[in-house]
Amino acid sequence: MDSLTSVILTPVFTAVLLLLIPGNFRVVLRLAAILGSACTAWTAVSFFSRFHAGQEGLQFESLVPWVTVGPLNLAYHVGADGLNIGLILVTGLVGFAAVLVSWNIERHVKFFYVLLMSMIAGAMGAFASLDLFFFYFFNELALVPTFIMIGVWGRGEDRNWAAFKITLYLTLGALTALVGLVAFYVAAGANSLDVIVLKAHLAAHPLSVSAQTWIFPLVVFGFATLVGLFPFHSWAPVGYAAAPTATAMMHAGILKKAGLYAILRMAVPLMPDGAHRWLPVVAVLAVGNLLHCAWVALRQKDMNLLIGNSSLAHMGFAFLGIASLTVIGVTGTVLVMVAHALLAGLSFALSGYLETQTGTLDMTRMGGLLRKMPFYGTALVMGFMASCGLPGFANFAGEATVLFGSWKSLPWLVIIAAWSGLIIGAVAMLRALRAVLQGPEKPEFSRVADLGYWRRLPFVLLLSAMVLFGVAPGILTSRIEPAAKAVVAAHLTPSQAGQAPAVPAAHAAPAASAPGHSGH
Amino acid sequence: MNYSLITLEVLAVLMGLIVLLADLWVSPTARKALGLGLAAALGCLLAFAVGSLAPQSGSAFADMFVVDDLARYFKGFFLFAALAVVLMAVDYAPKFGAGLSEFFALTVFALVGMLFAASANDLVLLFVSLELITVTFFVLNSFQRTQLASLEAGVKYLILGGVSSAFMVFGIALIFGTANSTNLAVLAAKQKELAHSALFLIGLLFVLVGLGFKIAAVPFQMWAPDVYQGSPAPATAFLAVGSKAAGFVLLIRLLVGAVPQITAEWHRLFVVMSGATILFGSLCAIPQRNLKRLMGYSSIANAGYLLLGIVAGSAAGSTAVLYYLGGYTLTVLTAFTVISAIANHVESEDTSALSGLGQRSPFLAACLTMAIVSLAGIPPMAGFFGKLLLFKSVLDVAPGHPELYALIAVAVVGVVISLYYYFSVIRAIYWGGQSANLSIIPVALSTRIVLVAGVAGMLVLGIFPQGLVKIADHAVAGLSHTVAPAKAAH
Repeated sequence: MDSLTSVILTPVFTAVLLLLIPGNFRVVLRLAAILGSACTAWTAVSFFSRFHAGQEGLQFESLVPWVTVGPLNLAYHVGADGLNIGLILVTGLVGFAAVLVSWNIERHVKFFYVLLMSMIAGAMGAFASLDLFFFYFFNELALVPTFIMIGVWGRGEDRNWAAFKITLYLTLGALTALVGLVAFYVAAGANSLDVIVLKAHLAAHPLSVSAQTWIFPLVVFGFATLVGLFPFHSWAPVGYAAAPTATAMMHAGILKKAGLYAILRMAVPLMPDGAHRWLPVVAVLAVGNLLHCAWVALRQKDMNLLIGNSSLAHMGFAFLGIASLTVIGVTGTVLVMVAHALLAGLSFALSGYLETQTGTLDMTRMGGLLRKMPFYGTALVMGFMASCGLPGFANFAGEATVLFGSWKSLPWLVIIAAWSGLIIGAVAMLRALRAVLQGPEKPEFSRVADLGYWRRLPFVLLLSAMVLFGVAPGILTSRIEPAAKAVVAAHLTPSQAGQAPAVPAAHAAPAASAPGHSGH
Repeated sequence: MNYSLITLEVLAVLMGLIVLLADLWVSPTARKALGLGLAAALGCLLAFAVGSLAPQSGSAFADMFVVDDLARYFKGFFLFAALAVVLMAVDYAPKFGAGLSEFFALTVFALVGMLFAASANDLVLLFVSLELITVTFFVLNSFQRTQLASLEAGVKYLILGGVSSAFMVFGIALIFGTANSTNLAVLAAKQKELAHSALFLIGLLFVLVGLGFKIAAVPFQMWAPDVYQGSPAPATAFLAVGSKAAGFVLLIRLLVGAVPQITAEWHRLFVVMSGATILFGSLCAIPQRNLKRLMGYSSIANAGYLLLGIVAGSAAGSTAVLYYLGGYTLTVLTAFTVISAIANHVESEDTSALSGLGQRSPFLAACLTMAIVSLAGIPPMAGFFGKLLLFKSVLDVAPGHPELYALIAVAVVGVVISLYYYFSVIRAIYWGGQSANLSIIPVALSTRIVLVAGVAGMLVLGIFPQGLVKIADHAVAGLSHTVAPAKAAH
């Protein structure tokens, strides 16, 4: 089966398999989860390596009609292009790493892995989907376990509050986006939510400017809430601080990107007039992420809050790249998304391990841990350096590309972004490294131990991917570029959505001729 | 005249009578077996109703009684609900004390009322069937005679039900006076001239008062929380599912089927009703701690969501109502089956009493969680797709009507608020502090079957909605739906 379906079904089958294993066979459960997520990761890697770079259109496609009643047409449509192939790859890798670092979960082991697997499946499905209904469906499938996992296995005193907060914020965001999607469905009149069908349909019947102007913000600010765009971001640091390690890795690393992905996949290419009207607002808010969140990160004493805030700051780069509406900027955004997925996964895995050793994440109480934990310390230094934007890591490649892409259209914002991201961010990270790793050893942490050999695997995996894409970003950019061109294609000819050149779709639009179509 | 059309109703009446008579000979210890037998018989009736042997379409009794796809849809629906309620009552038996068979018989009689309501094509039959439902519920709600709360529930339902029936019958009289007929088909033919008659419109408004009471829509919702809280759990479940659905089938027949033009003119009335119902239900549910009372408010909020479909007035809106009711039925039945299954083991009905349920019975905990997730409208459960269809049906006709966008915004706010209180139930189940009592809660086989069927149904409807949407679409195809201007294009 050479369709992306297999990469969604592997974690689903693993979850079903886990359900069949009795709950007290903990070792078997862990092994099955590791095996299942390894298979998922392997499938994702194989899709990534078999992806034909530089080619337009979709690969590994499959299309199954799901609901067709009257004017309602929804289809299960998956396929890969430059926008999502990298995200599918990192979902596999971070998912595998998240399963590997969950060895310290002791309560309800089976339930935990089932939820984790459904998060992986949901994220894979969301990234693979070309039908926006299925995108939403899979995204929720991944979000709901997040809430439950924070509540049941969460850390800290205020995890109930954190679970409530993240649930309400994300649901409000998701519902706003859903209303936008339904309004878009109705306004577009294509009787479909399949982006390929929509693109073909809108090329012939452009959406009115007024409709775009009010649907675009619903969709974009709805999804941006899921990403943590300033000022809708305050759920993120507390949520991650309260979440179990694997959940924080999956959510901060992977699920957050689903919102950005939807904006790139649907909002920007299909509503060019709305994008022109609203993206400048997004750009200004992105600076809010870059400045405000980086500044907040600087003051944190808790390592999880530091990582949470700095990860929000990185999202500012992603939004800035989208707002630039250039091929280079959008390519850079996708690069940032892929690189940040690896980085956030790594960072939360590192903080999670530190907490199991020291019992705290209060950095002011630590010191001198590098001597006790040489491997851990090295990984932490590499991760935090990557977060500062050190060349050689994928994050640098992404952020630099975004800055190049945005220079022409948004020079002032680029200056602020470079200044805040690279200076405030670096100060925050370096201060954290100094507090944790250097200085005199603290007697209360005399019994901390470095990672055992096989537990190094997830860290090595994520770090090597970051270095690989940092040293050779061409592996990614050659795949991303054609898709990035398609995203901004409608913007290259000024304003009129109708005259936007339709990107040649490699296949017939199946539902475009659905009944009721001519009535609009 | 084709008497075979009422086969289903006649068989159901016979079943109720047999249960009443059988009570004379069956020993008190075997009454549970009687319930299981009744459930089996209802199952056969359900199979008959949805099978190919069911009465063909047609009308009887001077066009008072119709059998069409809409009627068949709701009949299958009511039979399923009654079946689940009877099984629930078997589990709940220890709380009833005496009179278990009477509970069964009354449930069946209420079912007969609902079956007639599904086919009512005349305001008189509409009134009679609603009265049959209401009167049986007076008794069902106050069935735990020794409990003050249950008696209070019965009395409240009696008084408010009486008032709303009075309004309704007055309204029917006015309609008959102006239109010379109570037949819906005749009203539909005359609606153009009737729309100018103030007396007719007042009559219609009074009928809506009666139906609004049935579905617990603002401003006729005041009874719902008290009655839901006080009634025995199976009766509450039947009230939440059967009675509400009966109200909606009549609303669809009257507003969408018979007088769509007047409905379109009263558009704003329904917008306000729907929005107010959603907000009232959602906001008032927040401080609730009693599980059944919470479900009462949640049922009010759901009536508001269902009204969205009536507001849309289109075929898509009616389809959405039918689909939503299908998913809602499974969800509410599952939730109440769990509530009644734990009623004998959990000390109170407070949400805090659920703490430790995750350990005491992982099965019940999982089922209740699934039901709550579906109520909250989260995929992949049926509740999500239902809400999506309802929202879409309103957005379909929204261009040019800014109040509809406001309504959608209200509905979204309602969903977010509802997450807050649904979430608090899930929190109580899994991480709601330590419960002193961790004894295992046994679950009867019949209950297990109902729950598995309910959860599987919710999932199947959520993941493969195509089947039910198609059936619902087919069922509403016969209605006129000339309401919404935007729909004319289709």
